[in-house]
Amino acid sequence: MFKQKNYFALGAVIFVAVLILSLPASATTRLKFAISSWFLPLFGLADTAQRLPADLADTVLPRRELLQQIAKLRTENQQLKEQQIQTAAIARENDQLRTSLNWQKQAPWKLKLANVVTRDPANWWRTVQIDLGTRDGLRENLPILTASGLVGRISSVKQSSAQVVLLGDPSCRVSALVENAGRDTGILLASGPLDTSLVQLTYLASSANLKSGQNVVTSGLGGIFPKGIPIGQIVDARSVEYGLYTEARVKLNASLGSLEQVWVLFP
Amino acid sequence: MNLFQTSLILAFAFLAVFAQAALDAPRHLLGAQIDLLPGLMIFTALNAGLPAIALLAVFGGLWLDSLSANPLGISILPLLAIGWPIYLRRELILRDLPFAQFVLGAGASAAMPLLTVLMLLSGSQEPLLGWGSLWQLVVMTLGGAVATPLVFALMNWFNHALGYQVRTESSFRLDREIKRTRR
Repeated sequence: MFKQKNYFALGAVIFVAVLILSLPASATTRLKFAISSWFLPLFGLADTAQRLPADLADTVLPRRELLQQIAKLRTENQQLKEQQIQTAAIARENDQLRTSLNWQKQAPWKLKLANVVTRDPANWWRTVQIDLGTRDGLRENLPILTASGLVGRISSVKQSSAQVVLLGDPSCRVSALVENAGRDTGILLASGPLDTSLVQLTYLASSANLKSGQNVVTSGLGGIFPKGIPIGQIVDARSVEYGLYTEARVKLNASLGSLEQVWVLFP
Repeated sequence: MNLFQTSLILAFAFLAVFAQAALDAPRHLLGAQIDLLPGLMIFTALNAGLPAIALLAVFGGLWLDSLSANPLGISILPLLAIGWPIYLRRELILRDLPFAQFVLGAGASAAMPLLTVLMLLSGSQEPLLGWGSLWQLVVMTLGGAVATPLVFALMNWFNHALGYQVRTESSFRLDREIKRTRR
Protein backbone atom coordinates (compact mmCIF):
# COMPACT_ATOMS: atom_id res chain seq x y z
CA MET A 1 0.00 0.00 0.00
CA PHE A 2 2.76 2.41 0.90
CA LYS A 3 5.75 2.06 -1.40
CA GLN A 4 9.34 2.98 -0.68
CA LYS A 5 9.28 5.94 -3.10
CA ASN A 6 6.31 7.32 -1.18
CA TYR A 7 8.34 7.29 2.02
CA PHE A 8 11.04 9.10 0.08
CA ALA A 9 8.62 11.86 -1.03
CA LEU A 10 7.32 12.24 2.51
CA GLY A 11 10.82 12.39 3.98
CA ALA A 12 11.89 14.90 1.35
CA VAL A 13 9.05 17.30 2.23
CA ILE A 14 9.79 17.09 5.95
CA PHE A 15 13.50 17.61 5.24
CA VAL A 16 12.81 20.67 3.05
CA ALA A 17 10.47 22.18 5.67
CA VAL A 18 12.93 21.66 8.52
CA LEU A 19 15.82 22.93 6.40
CA ILE A 20 14.02 26.16 5.44
CA LEU A 21 12.80 26.75 8.99
CA SER A 22 16.31 26.35 10.36
CA LEU A 23 17.98 28.69 7.85
CA PRO A 24 19.53 31.88 9.25
CA ALA A 25 17.25 34.93 9.20
CA SER A 26 19.16 36.73 6.42
CA ALA A 27 18.98 33.70 4.10
CA THR A 28 15.26 33.20 4.84
CA THR A 29 14.56 36.86 4.07
CA ARG A 30 16.41 36.64 0.75
CA LEU A 31 14.61 33.41 -0.15
CA LYS A 32 11.26 34.95 0.82
CA PHE A 33 11.90 37.95 -1.41
CA ALA A 34 12.92 35.69 -4.30
CA ILE A 35 9.75 33.59 -4.00
CA SER A 36 7.40 36.55 -3.56
CA SER A 37 8.89 38.19 -6.67
CA TRP A 38 7.17 35.43 -8.72
CA PHE A 39 3.93 37.25 -7.99
CA LEU A 40 5.10 40.60 -9.41
CA PRO A 41 3.50 40.14 -12.86
CA LEU A 42 0.19 39.30 -11.17
CA PHE A 43 0.39 42.43 -9.00
CA GLY A 44 0.72 44.50 -12.18
CA LEU A 45 -2.27 42.76 -13.73
CA ALA A 46 -4.38 43.19 -10.60
CA ASP A 47 -3.48 46.87 -10.42
CA THR A 48 -4.50 47.39 -14.05
CA ALA A 49 -7.74 45.48 -13.49
CA GLN A 50 -8.55 47.59 -10.44
CA ARG A 51 -7.90 50.83 -12.32
CA LEU A 52 -9.88 49.84 -15.39
CA PRO A 53 -13.40 50.57 -14.02
CA ALA A 54 -12.22 53.95 -12.68
CA ASP A 55 -10.63 54.83 -16.03
CA LEU A 56 -13.80 53.81 -17.86
CA ALA A 57 -15.90 55.90 -15.49
CA ASP A 58 -13.61 58.89 -16.12
CA THR A 59 -14.14 58.68 -19.85
CA VAL A 60 -17.92 58.86 -19.53
CA LEU A 61 -18.02 61.63 -16.89
CA PRO A 62 -20.13 64.58 -18.19
CA ARG A 63 -18.36 67.86 -19.01
CA ARG A 64 -20.56 69.86 -16.62
CA GLU A 65 -19.53 67.69 -13.67
CA LEU A 66 -15.85 68.05 -14.60
CA LEU A 67 -16.23 71.85 -14.68
CA GLN A 68 -17.90 71.77 -11.25
CA GLN A 69 -15.02 69.69 -9.91
CA ILE A 70 -12.46 72.11 -11.37
CA ALA A 71 -14.23 75.08 -9.74
CA LYS A 72 -14.33 73.24 -6.40
CA LEU A 73 -10.65 72.31 -6.64
CA ARG A 74 -9.72 75.92 -7.50
CA THR A 75 -11.48 77.17 -4.36
CA GLU A 76 -9.79 74.48 -2.29
CA ASN A 77 -6.43 75.36 -3.84
CA GLN A 78 -6.91 79.02 -2.92
CA GLN A 79 -7.73 78.11 0.69
CA LEU A 80 -4.68 75.83 0.89
CA LYS A 81 -2.44 78.60 -0.47
CA GLU A 82 -3.69 80.96 2.25
CA GLN A 83 -3.10 78.26 4.85
CA GLN A 84 0.39 77.68 3.48
CA ILE A 85 1.26 81.38 3.87
CA GLN A 86 0.03 81.31 7.47
CA THR A 87 1.92 78.08 8.19
CA ALA A 88 5.12 79.49 6.69
CA ALA A 89 4.81 82.55 8.96
CA ILE A 90 4.26 80.31 11.99
CA ALA A 91 7.23 78.14 10.98
CA ARG A 92 9.48 81.23 10.66
CA GLU A 93 8.35 82.43 14.08
CA ASN A 94 8.98 78.93 15.49
CA ASP A 95 12.47 78.90 14.00
CA GLN A 96 13.26 82.31 15.46
CA LEU A 97 12.05 81.24 18.91
CA ARG A 98 14.06 77.99 18.69
CA THR A 99 17.15 79.96 17.73
CA SER A 100 16.67 82.45 20.57
CA LEU A 101 16.20 79.60 23.07
CA ASN A 102 19.07 77.63 21.52
CA TRP A 103 16.82 74.65 20.73
CA GLN A 104 17.52 72.15 17.96
CA LYS A 105 15.68 72.94 14.70
CA GLN A 106 13.07 70.47 13.45
CA ALA A 107 13.73 69.15 9.97
CA PRO A 108 10.64 69.12 7.70
CA TRP A 109 9.16 65.71 6.91
CA LYS A 110 9.79 64.17 3.51
CA LEU A 111 6.95 62.00 2.24
CA LYS A 112 6.71 59.50 -0.58
CA LEU A 113 3.41 58.12 -1.86
CA ALA A 114 3.05 54.33 -2.15
CA ASN A 115 0.25 52.03 -3.31
CA VAL A 116 -0.91 49.12 -1.17
CA VAL A 117 -0.49 46.03 -3.34
CA THR A 118 -1.54 43.07 -1.19
CA ARG A 119 -2.63 42.17 2.32
CA ASP A 120 -1.36 39.34 4.46
CA PRO A 121 -3.19 36.15 3.43
CA ALA A 122 -2.91 34.83 7.01
CA ASN A 123 -5.51 36.04 9.50
CA TRP A 124 -3.11 36.21 12.46
CA TRP A 125 -0.89 38.98 11.09
CA ARG A 126 -1.76 42.56 10.19
CA THR A 127 0.60 43.48 7.36
CA VAL A 128 0.38 44.90 3.82
CA GLN A 129 2.81 45.12 0.92
CA ILE A 130 3.52 48.46 -0.76
CA ASP A 131 5.02 49.11 -4.20
CA LEU A 132 8.13 51.05 -3.08
CA GLY A 133 11.41 49.40 -2.13
CA THR A 134 15.13 49.93 -1.61
CA ARG A 135 15.44 51.49 -5.09
CA ASP A 136 13.14 54.28 -3.81
CA GLY A 137 15.28 54.81 -0.73
CA LEU A 138 13.13 52.83 1.70
CA ARG A 139 14.65 51.10 4.70
CA GLU A 140 13.35 49.17 7.69
CA ASN A 141 11.36 50.92 10.44
CA LEU A 142 10.35 53.98 8.41
CA PRO A 143 6.94 55.24 9.61
CA ILE A 144 3.93 54.83 7.32
CA LEU A 145 0.96 57.15 7.50
CA THR A 146 -2.09 58.46 5.68
CA ALA A 147 -3.58 61.94 5.69
CA SER A 148 -5.63 60.86 8.75
CA GLY A 149 -2.80 59.50 10.86
CA LEU A 150 -0.24 56.82 11.63
CA VAL A 151 -0.65 53.43 9.96
CA GLY A 152 2.46 51.42 10.90
CA ARG A 153 6.11 50.94 10.04
CA ILE A 154 8.16 49.11 7.42
CA SER A 155 9.19 45.69 8.66
CA SER A 156 11.17 44.43 5.64
CA VAL A 157 12.21 45.91 2.31
CA LYS A 158 12.89 44.37 -1.10
CA GLN A 159 14.14 46.09 -4.22
CA SER A 160 10.72 47.11 -5.51
CA SER A 161 8.34 46.44 -2.63
CA ALA A 162 8.19 46.53 1.14
CA GLN A 163 6.20 44.90 3.91
CA VAL A 164 4.40 47.24 6.31
CA VAL A 165 3.41 46.02 9.74
CA LEU A 166 0.21 47.84 10.73
CA LEU A 167 -0.87 49.23 14.09
CA GLY A 168 -2.57 46.47 16.03
CA ASP A 169 -0.11 43.78 14.96
CA PRO A 170 1.78 42.32 17.94
CA SER A 171 5.12 43.32 16.37
CA CYS A 172 4.14 47.00 15.92
CA ARG A 173 4.43 48.69 19.29
CA VAL A 174 4.31 52.46 19.40
CA SER A 175 5.06 54.83 22.25
CA ALA A 176 2.08 57.19 22.36
CA LEU A 177 1.14 60.36 24.19
CA VAL A 178 -2.34 61.51 25.21
CA GLU A 179 -2.93 65.22 24.55
CA ASN A 180 -4.35 66.03 27.98
CA ALA A 181 -3.15 68.15 30.88
CA GLY A 182 -0.99 65.32 32.25
CA ARG A 183 0.59 64.46 28.85
CA ASP A 184 0.27 60.77 29.80
CA THR A 185 2.40 58.34 27.81
CA GLY A 186 1.80 54.66 27.15
CA ILE A 187 2.43 51.93 24.61
CA LEU A 188 0.07 50.98 21.80
CA LEU A 189 -0.49 47.23 21.59
CA ALA A 190 -2.77 44.90 19.64
CA SER A 191 -6.41 44.78 20.70
CA GLY A 192 -8.03 41.90 18.88
CA PRO A 193 -8.00 40.11 15.55
CA LEU A 194 -11.39 41.28 14.28
CA ASP A 195 -11.72 45.05 14.75
CA THR A 196 -8.91 46.84 12.89
CA SER A 197 -10.07 50.29 14.03
CA LEU A 198 -9.29 49.76 17.74
CA VAL A 199 -5.97 49.31 19.55
CA GLN A 200 -4.99 49.15 23.24
CA LEU A 201 -3.02 51.96 24.84
CA THR A 202 -1.46 50.42 27.90
CA TYR A 203 1.08 51.07 30.69
CA LEU A 204 -0.46 54.50 31.31
CA ALA A 205 0.04 55.94 34.80
CA SER A 206 -2.63 54.86 37.31
CA SER A 207 -3.32 58.55 37.97
CA ALA A 208 -3.92 59.29 34.26
CA ASN A 209 -6.97 61.48 33.71
CA LEU A 210 -8.35 60.07 30.48
CA LYS A 211 -11.55 61.14 28.81
CA SER A 212 -13.28 59.91 25.71
CA GLY A 213 -12.30 61.89 22.62
CA GLN A 214 -8.84 62.98 23.80
CA ASN A 215 -6.28 62.89 20.99
CA VAL A 216 -3.46 60.37 20.98
CA VAL A 217 -0.23 61.14 19.08
CA THR A 218 3.20 59.55 18.84
CA SER A 219 5.43 60.50 21.77
CA GLY A 220 8.70 60.41 19.84
CA LEU A 221 10.18 57.94 22.35
CA GLY A 222 11.80 54.83 20.93
CA GLY A 223 13.46 56.54 18.01
CA ILE A 224 11.28 55.13 15.19
CA PHE A 225 8.26 57.42 15.05
CA PRO A 226 8.76 61.22 15.17
CA LYS A 227 6.82 63.09 17.82
CA GLY A 228 3.34 64.40 17.09
CA ILE A 229 1.97 62.07 14.40
CA PRO A 230 -1.79 61.74 15.04
CA ILE A 231 -2.86 58.19 15.97
CA GLY A 232 -6.46 58.35 17.16
CA GLN A 233 -8.84 59.21 19.99
CA ILE A 234 -9.44 57.65 23.39
CA VAL A 235 -12.65 55.59 23.48
CA ASP A 236 -12.65 54.42 27.12
CA ALA A 237 -10.19 53.64 29.89
CA ARG A 238 -9.99 51.24 32.83
CA SER A 239 -7.67 50.50 35.68
CA VAL A 240 -5.90 47.12 35.42
CA GLU A 241 -3.67 44.86 37.52
CA TYR A 242 -5.28 46.02 40.79
CA GLY A 243 -4.75 49.69 39.95
CA LEU A 244 -1.09 49.32 38.97
CA TYR A 245 -1.63 51.05 35.64
CA THR A 246 -4.36 52.25 33.30
CA GLU A 247 -5.34 50.82 29.94
CA ALA A 248 -7.37 52.63 27.28
CA ARG A 249 -8.94 51.70 23.97
CA VAL A 250 -7.97 54.00 21.12
CA LYS A 251 -9.98 54.43 17.92
CA LEU A 252 -7.50 54.88 15.09
CA ASN A 253 -7.80 57.89 12.77
CA ALA A 254 -6.59 55.91 9.75
CA SER A 255 -8.89 53.25 8.35
CA LEU A 256 -6.59 50.20 8.24
CA GLY A 257 -9.22 48.00 6.62
CA SER A 258 -9.43 50.05 3.43
CA LEU A 259 -5.90 51.26 2.79
CA GLU A 260 -5.15 51.98 -0.86
CA GLN A 261 -2.41 54.61 -0.76
CA VAL A 262 -0.07 55.46 2.08
CA TRP A 263 2.78 57.90 2.72
CA VAL A 264 6.25 56.74 3.65
CA LEU A 265 7.78 59.23 6.05
CA PHE A 266 11.49 60.02 5.88
CA PRO A 267 12.15 61.80 9.19
CA MET B 1 2.49 10.82 -11.80
CA ASN B 2 0.27 12.71 -14.23
CA LEU B 3 2.46 15.70 -15.08
CA PHE B 4 -0.38 17.72 -16.55
CA GLN B 5 -2.56 17.29 -13.48
CA THR B 6 0.30 18.16 -11.14
CA SER B 7 1.08 21.31 -13.15
CA LEU B 8 -2.57 22.26 -13.06
CA ILE B 9 -2.69 21.79 -9.28
CA LEU B 10 0.41 23.94 -8.78
CA ALA B 11 -0.91 26.66 -11.11
CA PHE B 12 -4.19 26.69 -9.19
CA ALA B 13 -2.29 26.90 -5.88
CA PHE B 14 -0.26 29.85 -7.18
CA LEU B 15 -3.38 31.73 -8.25
CA ALA B 16 -5.22 30.81 -5.05
CA VAL B 17 -2.44 32.26 -2.89
CA PHE B 18 -2.38 35.42 -4.99
CA ALA B 19 -6.18 35.74 -4.75
CA GLN B 20 -6.01 35.40 -0.97
CA ALA B 21 -3.52 38.25 -0.80
CA ALA B 22 -5.12 40.51 -3.40
CA LEU B 23 -8.85 40.08 -2.79
CA ASP B 24 -9.97 41.69 0.42
CA ALA B 25 -13.73 41.16 0.17
CA PRO B 26 -14.03 38.11 2.52
CA ARG B 27 -12.03 39.94 5.19
CA HIS B 28 -14.29 42.99 4.90
CA LEU B 29 -17.53 41.00 4.86
CA LEU B 30 -16.76 38.14 7.24
CA GLY B 31 -13.77 39.28 9.27
CA ALA B 32 -11.43 36.56 8.00
CA GLN B 33 -9.73 35.50 4.79
CA ILE B 34 -10.70 32.07 3.43
CA ASP B 35 -7.84 29.68 2.67
CA LEU B 36 -8.22 27.71 -0.57
CA LEU B 37 -5.12 25.55 -0.19
CA PRO B 38 -6.67 22.97 2.21
CA GLY B 39 -9.46 22.28 -0.30
CA LEU B 40 -6.93 21.93 -3.09
CA MET B 41 -4.84 19.59 -0.94
CA ILE B 42 -7.90 17.35 -0.44
CA PHE B 43 -8.46 17.24 -4.19
CA THR B 44 -4.80 16.37 -4.70
CA ALA B 45 -4.81 13.68 -2.00
CA LEU B 46 -7.90 12.03 -3.49
CA ASN B 47 -7.01 12.34 -7.17
CA ALA B 48 -3.23 12.52 -7.55
CA GLY B 49 -0.19 10.72 -6.18
CA LEU B 50 2.04 11.39 -3.21
CA PRO B 51 4.61 13.33 -5.31
CA ALA B 52 1.86 15.81 -6.23
CA ILE B 53 0.93 16.10 -2.55
CA ALA B 54 4.59 16.72 -1.69
CA LEU B 55 4.97 19.37 -4.39
CA LEU B 56 1.76 21.14 -3.37
CA ALA B 57 2.80 21.13 0.29
CA VAL B 58 6.22 22.59 -0.50
CA PHE B 59 5.30 25.13 -3.17
CA GLY B 60 1.87 26.06 -1.78
CA GLY B 61 3.39 26.55 1.66
CA LEU B 62 6.31 28.60 0.38
CA TRP B 63 4.09 30.81 -1.80
CA LEU B 64 1.69 31.44 1.08
CA ASP B 65 4.48 32.27 3.52
CA SER B 66 6.32 34.51 1.04
CA LEU B 67 3.34 36.91 0.88
CA SER B 68 2.71 36.70 4.60
CA ALA B 69 4.52 37.66 7.79
CA ASN B 70 4.71 33.91 8.58
CA PRO B 71 8.23 32.51 8.91
CA LEU B 72 9.10 30.95 5.54
CA GLY B 73 8.28 27.24 5.43
CA ILE B 74 5.89 27.16 8.39
CA SER B 75 2.85 26.22 6.23
CA ILE B 76 4.54 23.23 4.55
CA LEU B 77 4.05 20.71 7.35
CA PRO B 78 0.39 21.62 8.10
CA LEU B 79 -0.44 21.16 4.41
CA LEU B 80 1.35 17.82 4.36
CA ALA B 81 -0.42 16.79 7.57
CA ILE B 82 -3.75 17.36 5.80
CA GLY B 83 -2.90 15.60 2.57
CA TRP B 84 -1.02 12.56 3.79
CA PRO B 85 -3.69 10.90 6.04
CA ILE B 86 -6.36 11.47 3.37
CA TYR B 87 -4.08 9.91 0.77
CA LEU B 88 -3.61 6.83 2.97
CA ARG B 89 -7.37 6.34 3.38
CA ARG B 90 -8.52 7.53 -0.02
CA GLU B 91 -9.87 4.15 -1.09
CA LEU B 92 -12.42 4.42 1.73
CA ILE B 93 -13.58 7.95 0.87
CA LEU B 94 -16.48 8.64 -1.50
CA ARG B 95 -14.53 11.31 -3.33
CA ASP B 96 -17.25 12.16 -5.86
CA LEU B 97 -19.88 13.01 -3.26
CA PRO B 98 -20.11 16.80 -2.66
CA PHE B 99 -21.09 16.15 0.97
CA ALA B 100 -17.92 14.12 1.55
CA GLN B 101 -15.91 16.92 -0.07
CA PHE B 102 -17.68 19.48 2.15
CA VAL B 103 -16.93 17.54 5.36
CA LEU B 104 -13.30 16.92 4.39
CA GLY B 105 -12.95 20.60 3.41
CA ALA B 106 -14.31 21.70 6.78
CA GLY B 107 -11.91 19.45 8.67
CA ALA B 108 -8.89 20.46 6.60
CA SER B 109 -9.73 24.18 6.71
CA ALA B 110 -10.02 24.02 10.50
CA ALA B 111 -6.86 21.94 10.91
CA MET B 112 -4.64 24.11 8.69
CA PRO B 113 -4.81 27.37 10.76
CA LEU B 114 -4.76 25.46 14.05
CA LEU B 115 -1.59 23.56 13.11
CA THR B 116 0.08 26.69 11.71
CA VAL B 117 -0.69 28.75 14.82
CA LEU B 118 0.50 25.86 17.01
CA MET B 119 3.79 25.81 15.10
CA LEU B 120 4.09 29.61 15.35
CA LEU B 121 3.53 29.53 19.10
CA SER B 122 6.00 26.68 19.55
CA GLY B 123 8.53 28.76 17.58
CA SER B 124 8.11 31.64 20.09
CA GLN B 125 6.31 33.81 17.53
CA GLU B 126 3.52 36.12 18.67
CA PRO B 127 0.55 35.92 16.29
CA LEU B 128 -2.51 38.15 16.70
CA LEU B 129 -4.91 35.98 18.69
CA GLY B 130 -7.98 36.66 20.82
CA TRP B 131 -11.63 35.72 21.21
CA GLY B 132 -12.19 37.02 17.70
CA SER B 133 -9.90 34.25 16.44
CA LEU B 134 -12.69 31.74 17.22
CA TRP B 135 -14.98 33.60 14.81
CA GLN B 136 -12.18 33.65 12.24
CA LEU B 137 -11.75 29.89 12.67
CA VAL B 138 -15.49 29.35 12.12
CA VAL B 139 -15.39 31.51 8.96
CA MET B 140 -12.30 29.71 7.67
CA THR B 141 -13.84 26.28 8.40
CA LEU B 142 -17.18 27.00 6.76
CA GLY B 143 -15.63 29.01 3.92
CA GLY B 144 -13.13 26.24 3.22
CA ALA B 145 -15.91 23.63 3.42
CA VAL B 146 -17.99 25.48 0.83
CA ALA B 147 -14.95 26.15 -1.35
CA THR B 148 -13.79 22.50 -1.47
CA PRO B 149 -16.61 21.12 -3.72
CA LEU B 150 -16.10 24.18 -5.93
CA VAL B 151 -12.37 23.42 -6.15
CA PHE B 152 -13.23 19.83 -7.10
CA ALA B 153 -15.68 20.97 -9.78
CA LEU B 154 -13.22 23.51 -11.20
CA MET B 155 -10.26 21.12 -11.24
CA ASN B 156 -12.33 18.32 -12.78
CA TRP B 157 -13.57 20.72 -15.46
CA PHE B 158 -10.03 21.86 -16.26
CA ASN B 159 -8.80 18.28 -16.31
CA HIS B 160 -11.61 17.29 -18.64
CA ALA B 161 -11.20 20.33 -20.90
CA LEU B 162 -7.43 20.44 -21.17
CA GLY B 163 -6.13 16.97 -20.28
CA TYR B 164 -5.89 13.82 -22.33
CA GLN B 165 -8.88 11.60 -21.74
CA VAL B 166 -8.50 7.90 -21.03
CA ARG B 167 -9.46 5.96 -24.15
CA THR B 168 -12.37 3.77 -23.18
CA GLU B 169 -12.34 0.26 -24.60
CA SER B 170 -15.60 -0.92 -26.07
CA SER B 171 -16.73 -4.43 -25.28
CA PHE B 172 -17.88 -4.80 -28.87
CA ARG B 173 -15.59 -6.92 -31.04
CA LEU B 174 -16.17 -7.53 -34.72
CA ASP B 175 -14.84 -11.09 -34.66
CA ARG B 176 -17.18 -12.02 -31.81
CA GLU B 177 -20.31 -10.60 -33.39
CA ILE B 178 -23.11 -13.05 -33.62
CA LYS B 179 -24.48 -12.91 -37.09
CA ARG B 180 -28.14 -13.66 -37.11
CA THR B 181 -29.23 -14.79 -40.47
CA ARG B 182 -32.28 -16.52 -41.81
CA ARG B 183 -31.73 -20.08 -42.79
